[in-house]
Amino acid sequence: MNKLLCGVAFAAILTTGVRADDVEVLHWWTSGGEAAAVQVLKGDLESKSVGWVDMAVAGGGGEAAMTTLRARVTAGDPPTAAQMLGMDVRQWAEEGLLGNLDAVATAEGWDAVVPPAVQAFGKYDGHWVAAPVNMHRPHWVWANAKLFADNGLSMPSNWDEFFAAADKLKEAGVIPVAMGGQPWQEATAWEAVILSISPELYQKAIIEADAEALASPEIAQSFDIMRKLRGYVDDNFAGRDWNLATQMVIKGEAGMQIMGDWAKGEISAAGLTPGVDILCDVVPGTQGSFLFNTDFFAMFDVGDDKTAAQQSLASSVMSPVFQETFNLTKGSIPARTDVPGDKFDACAQKSMADLAEATDAGHLYGSLAHGHGQPAAIQRAYLDVVTQHFNSDMSSADAQAALIDAVAAAKM
Amino acid sequence: MQRQLRAWMPQIALLPSLILMTVTVYGFIGFSVLLSLTGSKMMPNFGKWVGFLQYERVWANPRWEVAVQNFAIFATLYIGASLLVGLVLAILLDQRIRAEGVLRTVYLYPMALSFIVTGVAWQWILSPDLGLERAMHIWGWENFRFDWIKSDKMAIYCVVIAGVWQASGFVMATFLAALRGINPEIISAAKIDGAGGLSVYRFVVLPALRPAFLTAIVVQGHLAIKSYDLVVALTKGGPGYATELPSTFMYAFTFTRNEMAMGAASAVMMLALVSALIVPYLYSELRHAR
Repeated sequence: MNKLLCGVAFAAILTTGVRADDVEVLHWWTSGGEAAAVQVLKGDLESKSVGWVDMAVAGGGGEAAMTTLRARVTAGDPPTAAQMLGMDVRQWAEEGLLGNLDAVATAEGWDAVVPPAVQAFGKYDGHWVAAPVNMHRPHWVWANAKLFADNGLSMPSNWDEFFAAADKLKEAGVIPVAMGGQPWQEATAWEAVILSISPELYQKAIIEADAEALASPEIAQSFDIMRKLRGYVDDNFAGRDWNLATQMVIKGEAGMQIMGDWAKGEISAAGLTPGVDILCDVVPGTQGSFLFNTDFFAMFDVGDDKTAAQQSLASSVMSPVFQETFNLTKGSIPARTDVPGDKFDACAQKSMADLAEATDAGHLYGSLAHGHGQPAAIQRAYLDVVTQHFNSDMSSADAQAALIDAVAAAKM
Repeated sequence: MQRQLRAWMPQIALLPSLILMTVTVYGFIGFSVLLSLTGSKMMPNFGKWVGFLQYERVWANPRWEVAVQNFAIFATLYIGASLLVGLVLAILLDQRIRAEGVLRTVYLYPMALSFIVTGVAWQWILSPDLGLERAMHIWGWENFRFDWIKSDKMAIYCVVIAGVWQASGFVMATFLAALRGINPEIISAAKIDGAGGLSVYRFVVLPALRPAFLTAIVVQGHLAIKSYDLVVALTKGGPGYATELPSTFMYAFTFTRNEMAMGAASAVMMLALVSALIVPYLYSELRHAR
């Protein structure tokens, strides 16, 4: 409660001085490449004589930013736009606090270029409320190319091959799998395991949170795979950040990591080329499917005098130039499917091709671990069980029973 | 007129702070209690009343179970160990030793650090690949193992270690002041009556320290209930959620899970815990004052 109140008072001080033709944007893109990309957006808006009032709240993968946002909205003074993930867009829209972007969306033909699964989050009740920036894909395996070549390994295409490769790496004296130890990281691996068992299981057990599917033997099987995976992870993983795990792969201390394509930022920063020095492929068994998470700029209902500036912002966010520049630094692919892929690296190009394939097959799903599968309360219920199972000696049967209970309780 | 004003002066002077206290403390306690009876999710919503459902949900949640168990372990050991360590240090320092001023400062110094700093520093010390275990390996004890912080069963004890390190100095200072306040003649009298060193402490000094014990327990007790930053900096609640405390539970449910009413319900439960500790203390203090 105290935090919220501090935020309210703080926000009240901050907001004086936003003019009608300014946009105030809440975001958490503060690291090197991301901050540079925000500058691109700022420059583009200034050329349209729209001022940019920056409201960057770093920390916690947006958790701090969401707390600040809540304080601002509670105080009756929302920013023009706020960066958020899909499920958050939906929840803010349900509260009736978001504006309407239909005018600019129709004029620029967003419907034709944004994949329908992304539209499902960008639109609420048939109206555009948020502009999508990117599409991340969380179910990648990153592997040290030199270690793989030295041990005569190739990228695994099913779990048997994956664990066979892990055994070889173990014999060679390296940590087979680098993992970070935070609930979302463990869930990133688990949701990929579910998807690898079958896309239909992902649809039923995660997107629909269907009680019957959660009780099926495949869920126990997914925990079996997680337990096996745990055997190839070093004992010091608890609490480790994802980028430290990526560094282990980069330095050759570990062979593989299951992580989203933002790992490319670390790889590029180390002077290596994704797809060459660090191999990339989707998690074994998830070929043909595509999990995504998208950063949106949700547009708040800020009153008519600010609407023009807000529409300019939306238009800039959706411009192919910004989408290309931003996603080249972010490691994701553009949310517009008509941006050419020739400047992107091999992994991103594969992502683009896979996206088209998965969209046609109907196997494009929102990522649970990254705020596109279930609303926060239910999502965290999944995460609780996955992390508890991975960090203890809980049996698969117990984990499954706990999962069924937790999801049912969170739905109340 | 002027006399009347003068008579009311103290009340008028106290009024602003009284109003502030009423609103910011008791007002918001009331607000939290009300909130906990609603179905609020992302934002406060007073249109939907659900009775005690949120309390049922809190108590049915396995994470809350872990938080309460951890709280019991943490509070007992944290208060107990810091009292013990503080008492021993105070008694040793009370032996009129040389350089007492320097030593006292050394032991009291951790108090000057915030829990965040303590947490981060101990996270490094306890981390097997960075701190103590690694140092021992470098010095030749290859088989030395100390990986509690990575174990879901032992991690909570790491929180206790860091907490006790921070708090013992304060407890020591409290006891030292109380020890210095004991009339030396009583001790002399006991010695004349033939009491040895241990029985002097057992039958004379410790009973005289009773008020200091009470102070230390209440201060440490409320610190234990509200400790949040220590866990966040030390383990982030992990491994898994093995070091969850009621305070981290409250924050997670209110701010990251869009379960504001459940968060409020857990906050009210914490208030009940604090009251259980503070109210008996106030009661006994006020009785003494009379």
